[in-house]
Amino acid sequence: MTTETELDAAQPDPTEAAEAAMDVPPELVAGSLREYLRGWAARVRGGQSGVLPVIAGLAVIIVVFQVISPNHIFLSAGNIVNLFQQSAVFMVLAMAVSFALLLGEIDLSVGYVGAVGGVIAVQLVQPTTTHWPWWAAIAAALLACALIGAAQGTLITRLGLPSFIVTLAGLLVFNGVMLILLLLGPFSGYPSLAGQGTNLWVLYQLMWGTIDPILSWILMFAIVAVLGAVIAIREASRRRSGLTAPPVSLTIIKIALMAAVGITVVGICNINRANSGTIAGVPWVVPIVLGILGLWTLLLEYTRYGRYVYAIGGNPEAARRAGIDLSGIRTIAFVLCGLTAGIGGLLYASYLGGMSNNVNGGQLVLYAVAAAVIGGTSLFGGRGRMMHGVLGGIVIGGIYNGLYLLGLDVKWQFIVTGFVLIVAVTIDAVSRRGAVSFRAIRS
Amino acid sequence: MIDEKGAGGVAEAAPAAAMGRALLEVRGLDKHFGAVQALTGVDLDLPAGQVTGLCGDNGAGKTVLTKCIAGIHQPDGGQIYWEGRPVHIRGPRDASHLGIETVYQDLALADNLDIVQNMFLGRERIWLGLLDEDGMERAASETLARLRVTTVRSIRQPVASLSGGQRQSVAVAKAVMWNSKLVILDEPTAALGVVQTRMVLDLVKRLRDRGLAVLIISHNLNDVFEVADRIAVLYLGRMAAQDRVSAFDRQSVVELMTTGGRAA
Repeated sequence: MTTETELDAAQPDPTEAAEAAMDVPPELVAGSLREYLRGWAARVRGGQSGVLPVIAGLAVIIVVFQVISPNHIFLSAGNIVNLFQQSAVFMVLAMAVSFALLLGEIDLSVGYVGAVGGVIAVQLVQPTTTHWPWWAAIAAALLACALIGAAQGTLITRLGLPSFIVTLAGLLVFNGVMLILLLLGPFSGYPSLAGQGTNLWVLYQLMWGTIDPILSWILMFAIVAVLGAVIAIREASRRRSGLTAPPVSLTIIKIALMAAVGITVVGICNINRANSGTIAGVPWVVPIVLGILGLWTLLLEYTRYGRYVYAIGGNPEAARRAGIDLSGIRTIAFVLCGLTAGIGGLLYASYLGGMSNNVNGGQLVLYAVAAAVIGGTSLFGGRGRMMHGVLGGIVIGGIYNGLYLLGLDVKWQFIVTGFVLIVAVTIDAVSRRGAVSFRAIRS
Repeated sequence: MIDEKGAGGVAEAAPAAAMGRALLEVRGLDKHFGAVQALTGVDLDLPAGQVTGLCGDNGAGKTVLTKCIAGIHQPDGGQIYWEGRPVHIRGPRDASHLGIETVYQDLALADNLDIVQNMFLGRERIWLGLLDEDGMERAASETLARLRVTTVRSIRQPVASLSGGQRQSVAVAKAVMWNSKLVILDEPTAALGVVQTRMVLDLVKRLRDRGLAVLIISHNLNDVFEVADRIAVLYLGRMAAQDRVSAFDRQSVVELMTTGGRAA
């Protein structure tokens, strides 16, 4: 085993080894589940808590709102699906802004860039005016958003302007552009997805469409089986060749957990949630969000491009010396940010059933950044995952949904979300300080 | 880029170039920045399988000289010979092509990446469009094992969790992983404690034993005398002395560093 400690005779420094133990992800050094749990507990005590705070926060939100919501409606099938639909836009925009955050940059424009994408798609499919097919309208909207990202990214990387300022300008500009686009055509600023026609229908279904319950089960099991097989085969082969790999029991738990989540989600979604008639099945938006999550996770964690994003976020100078094209990687990150924001905008348009000047992109971006940070992504670059944005998005959606059920309006939602954000950043800062002072003592 | 096949193997001793010439020879190197003459007619030999200690007071030109060798500065005059052939090193890429790697004082490691990721940064192995993590991990652990850098718990731990000596070791291992023949170490022990310094100096000796040429810049004469086979002393941009370590003692090196040898 090359991965296990093999104390060099010249290195009798047991204190260092003991301290380092806390800093090392437990799955790397644990030979058994017991060791894994012990290592994990040590890390949490040492301030390296990972996604634990957001999971714990989510649990608190669920328990509190389930207890205090009228008729304990919070955990009803209908409300859980509703909650996911409300959270979806936050999740996708949080994933968008994560590309900027991982580089240590910020994109304040994602809300209105997404809104511009949404308006473009909704306008283009209108049967009385342009009457584009739905796929062409979606492609045009996403292309526009990607180009906006490219333009902002170029200003930031080639001219060296601060991303905060460039995207703040973008927030204003694309707010205006959205208003201009809304007023095009005979819709008095309210182009809608209501009405007859496949193209309107498809855009509306992005958020509200459901997959047939039987098909939902089949797809879910297929996805869990494929992902589970990939994980099992990969980790088994790493174990065989003596590489760093988690214990077998952990692999099994991981796959079982994935299956349990899949069964729960599909099971809940397949309960009839209509007051009269039948509405059941997994909403389209679930596989859409999971697809984006899977694709961007693959890109960030398993490709050279993603590795360079983390490297630049962690130490730009090291990346530069390694021969990495910093401007290129950064510009592409802003393109991906814009593109993902566009997907978020399409989902938002679908959620609203059309677009109007009520869309508050400034607030959306703040929620998106808050979601990423609540989920555990660092504002200082180099640390975070796409999954964090999704988890943080559920937290924000949960607060929104829960307060709404209590009949408390938007002002309370702002206040509570603000406090949750402060708590999340505090956890991040405290754990970081813990880690730093830790190293300072050692060296 | 160096052939991927080379990754993971620490360079085996390339028999020093023909007719007993040093692996790298610098002859009559001049470098000025505007009106400031940084190097004047500097000669330097770096033989394979030997550690050369480069000493000199602040401003003597140590860094400029190493940067000329590493391709970061272009010399204004003189010639560099690599394995007996004249070469022009126009950039860090050229230098690593030849097999010259430099470990700077600030190490240039990304704290958020793990050891394997840092060692392969910029030269990742790709399999079917995805990162070949298994191959890279195997190669990285082979290199670390060969250099007997065995104190890290896991090569998948983030570099942020390593001690100063371990970080230095990873930076050196990263440098020698690419079939390099000459490794330049800029103040490798400056920020380290006693035990950590020992670890790095042992690593330097192992590089020499593997047949690499090592150029080590250090203010710490204890370290230099401990590992160096040869010593070169720069004084105000000129090579004041250059010889086998047995030709010096601490006193003479200090004198050369402070007076250029005129008092001696």
